[in-house]
Amino acid sequence: MLGINVTNKTSLMRYLALPQPEDKVQCMYIWIDGSGENLRAKTRTVETVPKDPKSGIGRSGLNLPIWNFDGSSTGQAEGQNSDVMLHPVALFSDPFRGGSNKLVLCETCGHDGEPLPSNKRRTCQQVMEQAKEFKPWFGIEQEYTMLDTDGHPFGWPKNGFPGPQGPYYTGVGARNVYGRDVVESHYRACMYAGVKIAGTNAEVMPAQWEFQVGPCEGIDMGDHLWLGRFLLHRVAEDFGVAVSFDPKPMPGDWNGAGAHTNFSTLQMRQPEGMKAIIEGIERLGKRHAAHIRAYDPHGGADNKRRLTGLHETSSIDDFSYGVAHRGCSIRIPRQCSDDGCGYLEDRRPASNCDPYCVTEMLVRTVCLNESG
Amino acid sequence: MLGITQTTNKTTLLRYLALPQPEDKVQCMYIWIDGTGENLRAKTRTVDFVPKQATELPIWNFDGSSTGQAEGHNSDVMIHPVALFKDPFRGNNNKLVLCETYRHDGAVHPSNKRNSCNQVMQKAKGFEPWFGIEQEYTLLDTDLHPFGWPKNGFPGPQGPYYTGVGANNVHGRDIVESHYRACLYSEIKISGENAEVMPAQWEFQVGPCEGISMGDHLWVARFLLHRVAEDFGVVVSFDPKPMPGDWNGAGAHANYSTKEMRAPGGMKAMVEAIERLGKRHAAHIRAYDPNGGNDNRRRLTGRHETSSIDNFSYGVAHRGSSIRIPRQCSDDGCGYIEDRRPSSNCDPYSVTEMLVRTTCLNETD
Repeated sequence: MLGINVTNKTSLMRYLALPQPEDKVQCMYIWIDGSGENLRAKTRTVETVPKDPKSGIGRSGLNLPIWNFDGSSTGQAEGQNSDVMLHPVALFSDPFRGGSNKLVLCETCGHDGEPLPSNKRRTCQQVMEQAKEFKPWFGIEQEYTMLDTDGHPFGWPKNGFPGPQGPYYTGVGARNVYGRDVVESHYRACMYAGVKIAGTNAEVMPAQWEFQVGPCEGIDMGDHLWLGRFLLHRVAEDFGVAVSFDPKPMPGDWNGAGAHTNFSTLQMRQPEGMKAIIEGIERLGKRHAAHIRAYDPHGGADNKRRLTGLHETSSIDDFSYGVAHRGCSIRIPRQCSDDGCGYLEDRRPASNCDPYCVTEMLVRTVCLNESG
Repeated sequence: MLGITQTTNKTTLLRYLALPQPEDKVQCMYIWIDGTGENLRAKTRTVDFVPKQATELPIWNFDGSSTGQAEGHNSDVMIHPVALFKDPFRGNNNKLVLCETYRHDGAVHPSNKRNSCNQVMQKAKGFEPWFGIEQEYTLLDTDLHPFGWPKNGFPGPQGPYYTGVGANNVHGRDIVESHYRACLYSEIKISGENAEVMPAQWEFQVGPCEGISMGDHLWVARFLLHRVAEDFGVVVSFDPKPMPGDWNGAGAHANYSTKEMRAPGGMKAMVEAIERLGKRHAAHIRAYDPNGGNDNRRRLTGRHETSSIDNFSYGVAHRGSSIRIPRQCSDDGCGYIEDRRPSSNCDPYSVTEMLVRTTCLNETD
């Protein structure tokens, strides 16, 4: 039976309705683990409502302390020297626990304060700082697939397949979309938490969906997207459904999943910004291989399964762009072409990309003029 | 189907719990530890006032021949209230009452480990001993297979579950969330939670607590966990090695410090304490589970982030040692130590008493 690993929610509601002492706040620290794509979390009680995540260092009693965890259990350290430090970097309201409780996005560091190899945020933030006059804005279209706990897509017939793609994209009706409750709940949870969710739609493969986060400036894009992903896993858990960000969950004539990244600088957004858009795209074209390496957590190996040139993707080996062209690496939206300014859509990032890596590369290539 | 065979309709329950309760009728649930040294028992009585301290409540008794605590012909065992907590299940002014067990002649019952712990804590109170215990446990379905595991089967190997999120990584989070809130409501000093390395295994932390309150808070927190999980039709096991093979065991790592250890330069006192502990390893192992070390023998193998039961070792940030000095404390030159040896089903009164006897009262074998 679908989604049955679910415990009694009426019982849960009873406990969540218990009044919580004002001086006891639950803070759930969230981080990205050694895989570069999975999230981990644990909670601590603090005695004051945190406001500024950067205020604490070390001991308890301060507003939001640096914490640590056993990195040998998450692919981030060896057993004999396993403490990995968690540095709070962004604060969100907790939609699961409500009240004053918080979700705390963290960076992972060694005890010397240096970022771990799996921490892609640090260099991204430095690049965004360097490029801040460009006012780089991003919007990411995060695609994903819902799976039942047996690993088969949610709602698909057991030991079988639904009818071919066609009726599912932005569809409605019990034969066309599966798991809308997860989508609806996630949308509201994001809004409550303060994640900048801009929209949702059902996608081309049944049980595949998309949500969009943005427009976010600079480092916020990565922060909001990672938190949006955490909320999705956690909401789906409540329904007994698993979420996969794999870019090609079902081989064969089924769409893959991407994280199309919409991007603009101040110049691109202004009248006649099309010139800057084209310049940006041409710089991107000269660094295609370097971008592909940055656009999934395995140096391009994940995307190789997705970017085939079929199913509305460009081929992984070729760089191309065009107005309203969904088979290109970069698409210029029709509206921007008409307006003579706006933004570009990089369709290459895989659904399991690290948004810190993607946004950092875009800014390095287009704003900071890096090459090679 | 998971977790549904034993649960009754909660909407119906809520209807009755919403009935107004007369102000002069308070339900007090007396809780005690039974003859196994690891299981909890409870029964309720109505009192006609709202108690503010445990000592206001009457001494009661129960049939010890049904709990492994007495023979049938002389079965009354006395329960003395020692600590009071708000009742998160019944709300209003109702109370949970933690008790010590005594024989009818006033002698401390052999299964009562709190009495001597309290005396030791009184003796050592100048040291201001603080504790924090990381209580690991496993959720089981009522067929005693771990909750959320495939029936007649096993999940994928350990790796993605520790502090994980997602329906294929964690099972039973509702119980964890409900338990956390119940503890906060009852003013149990719960300081955190996380999913553990084996799927369906979790951990919560209680502390920092001074002296006798560590044992009190941990025992009541365990009671709350069993009781909350009952509402979900799920069983909680504190067994230290519930699944043999390549699956983690469960411990109750005890973090510990004295006033001297916490003060600047306290590292000296920490290392001294560790060296005293090293000389009494066997005695501590005997005190660290309810079966003289036999339970821990299945867990402390030297693998799965444990030290071997026969060897004593310590190190900074080293999770394979008996005692770990947290990295932060090493950097600060003071703080606390983490004794990783106690088993998940240990009696926290026994553990905290031993730590204080060895490191504050300088007892030796």
